[in-house]
This record gives sequence, structure tokens and C-alpha cells, in this order.
Amino acid sequence: MNTKTDPELEAMLHAFVDGELDPQDEQAVREHLALNADAAQRADAYRRQGEDLHDLYDDVFTEPLSADMRAALNAPLATNPTRPRIFTAPMWRMAAAILLFTVGGLSGWWGHVLTSAETPVALANAAPHVVPYVTRAIGAHVVYASEVRHPVEVGADQEQHLVTWLSKRLGHDVHVPKLDEAGFELVGGRLLPDDAKPAAQFMYENHAGQRVTLYVSLDTKRTETAFRVVEQQGTSAIYWIEGDLGYALAGNLEREDMLKIARLVYDALTV
Amino acid sequence: MDIRHSIASELPRLRRYARALSAGNTSHADDLVQQALERALNKAHLFQPGTNLRAWLFTILHNVTVSEHRKRAARPYEVSDESAPESAYATSPDAHDKLELRDMARALEHLPQEQRQTVLLVSLEGLSYKEVSEVMAVPIGTVMSRLARGRDQLRILMERGVEKNTPRSTLRPTLWRVK
Repeated sequence: MNTKTDPELEAMLHAFVDGELDPQDEQAVREHLALNADAAQRADAYRRQGEDLHDLYDDVFTEPLSADMRAALNAPLATNPTRPRIFTAPMWRMAAAILLFTVGGLSGWWGHVLTSAETPVALANAAPHVVPYVTRAIGAHVVYASEVRHPVEVGADQEQHLVTWLSKRLGHDVHVPKLDEAGFELVGGRLLPDDAKPAAQFMYENHAGQRVTLYVSLDTKRTETAFRVVEQQGTSAIYWIEGDLGYALAGNLEREDMLKIARLVYDALTV
Repeated sequence: MDIRHSIASELPRLRRYARALSAGNTSHADDLVQQALERALNKAHLFQPGTNLRAWLFTILHNVTVSEHRKRAARPYEVSDESAPESAYATSPDAHDKLELRDMARALEHLPQEQRQTVLLVSLEGLSYKEVSEVMAVPIGTVMSRLARGRDQLRILMERGVEKNTPRSTLRPTLWRVK
């Protein structure tokens, strides 16, 4: 008996294992294997490799999606420019409404948010002059600042890692300003989808448990701006564009306090 | 139906493939999938309904892994505070002579990247040769030769590692090479 190592025959063997052969060739390989123990052993070994791989990695199917993946899936889709936005809006509006209700259910403090039927999409449409990332920054603030158990992905205890990671994901050096002077301490941060680009959100908290978030966006096609203020759903944001990055400080403090923090952030980032 | 639902239902497969490709390094694997997911969502309006969504997603993931691999191959692997694979990106051609491989996961690490990808797409993900050729943008013949070489290497690595006392003669004659 001779061991055939002819590539064509070997390729047939793999195709046989993978069910890629038509019935006639399959029968031919079967006959060959019956006469050739070496080849039959190899076919078995290749089949076992597949089984081993499934044994090793099928557990992944039982894992829940990561927070990042869920966030990306919940974000509005980039739309085809030739298609009117209205066709894609309802699904997102529904998802956003569900999200807001979930958050609202967890925290009565946000009850007033729910009294508005408006969603981020509707808001963006209602206020077209607002830079888009700012609307997303406010949405992210509304969702995450009220989060009790998982307000951030990486906590302040791993600040260096947080900065390295987010800088890497944004492809841009990101800094975390200190806001001690305003009585706010870093809670941590997370990566967010920003119209399919990555954005960073840093969260701060004061002794009274009030939270502000700083959103750092790459989605800027504009030149630098001075501070601008917008208010949506009872949350205000102060935003400005500096270099390649857009910033939005979102919170529910008095206008003066928000401005004071914004100046601290600005000074810390532009030194 | 919203394409995001369809994409979400394919995510476990993408994660499984990325996990196997990254030698079980969960954070690196999920990082690859996250990048692919963001790209896919960004380009979702370009997807032709009725065509093969799975192959489309694997193509995007494949392109992400290739560019990441290229980046990482250019410099030493960066070890963050999370666990990094021991040698997922270092494959020396004669490494398997000295190695005692305990299991499939370790054997996989010693395949060249293209062979590892091909074996995983076929044996783990059950993609057809045609789908793999689309995903990797190579002819079917290349898929088949990578698959054959990868599987044969794996088989030899496993046998040498697991059955060290087996006489060499029974291990040798089946390795064939195309080129």
C-alpha cells in the first residue's frame, strides 16, 4: 500500500471532511479511505480538530454582549445619504424611548425627563443648529449619569489605563482634567459610539452626588468655537471645539456652576 | 427588519472566531469585534439585503484583524494590564520541533496567521470554501491549500505534543507542501 500525498487527493480529503464534494466525488473518497488507513486517520484527525475547536470556544455563545457592543447597537445607524432620514427614525426613536424608560424606572430623579416624548433624534431635528455630537453628549449624560451600578466602564482607580485606552481608541491624546477646585472628583470614563466614531465620556461627581460628564468627540468638521450653551430635556451642555476635538460638558447644575467647571476643563486641557 | 437585529444575532459567531484567533485573549478579541461592529454599523446602508450578511460581517472582521495584525507585527506586542497572549503573533517556522503542545489552543498559536484564519473559518465557523475565499479575498485554491497546510500542521503538532513516545516514523510521511 502506498501513501498518497498528492495535493489533489489531499485537497479532496479536506473537501470531503467539509462536505464540499458532490455525491459522486464523495463516494470516490469514501472508497479511497476504505483502502487507505493513513488517509482515513488524517480525515478523522481533521474532523476532531473541528470538534476540539468547538469544545474550546463555543462557550462564547453563552456570554452576554459587552456594554460597548450594546451601546454601538443602540446608537442610531449611519444613514444612506440618498434616503430620507424619516425611514430610519422610528426604530431608533422606539429604541431610545425604551432606553429612557428603563433609565427612568431606575431613578425617580430623572422623572421629568420622561415627561418629554422627545428623543435624541427628534431633538436633533428640532434644533438643527446644534452640533450633532453635543446632542449625543447630552444623551450619553442622561443615560449614564443616572446609572447607579455601572456609571463608568473604567473607574478612577485605573485612571492611567483609562487615559491610555481611550487615547488609543480615539487615535488622539486624551487628557482627564482635574476638577477638584469645583468640588468634583473623577468617577471614571467610558468609550461611546459617536456616529460610528469612538468618543470618550468622563464622569465626575461631587459630595452631594451630583454628576457632570465631559464628552470628547472626534466628530468635528468645524473650526474652533467659543463656549456655547445648549439645553435639552432639562440637561444643559457647554460645548466648544479646540483643535481636532470637540468637547461637551453636560450636567444639571446652575448655569454659573457649569460655566465655572467648563473654564476649569478648558484651562486644564489647553495648558 | 432592522439590520441591527440581524447583526446582533451574528455577533456571537464573530466573537467566537475572534476569541479563537486571539488565543483566548478575551479583551483583545472583543476589541477586534467592537471595531468590526462599529465599521459594520457605519456601513450598514451599503449592505445589499438578501445577500450573505454573515460573510459580509466576517469580511469586515477579517479586514480589522489583518490591519491589527499588521500593526502589531511591526512592533513588539504591547502588554497592557490585561493578559496578553504569550506568542499569538510570533510564529517561527521551526518552533514546533521543540514544543510540547498540550492542546489545540496552543497548537493554533503556532500556525501562520493566514492558515489559522482559514482553519478557524472552515472548521469552527463552518463557512464554505467559497465564503472563505470572499472573506479573505483570495482564490478558492489558496483557501484549500492554506486549509490543508494548516490542518496538517495542527495534526502533527497535536500528535507530537500529546503522544511524545510515538515512534517518529509513523508521524513523518504525511506532511506535504505546496509551493
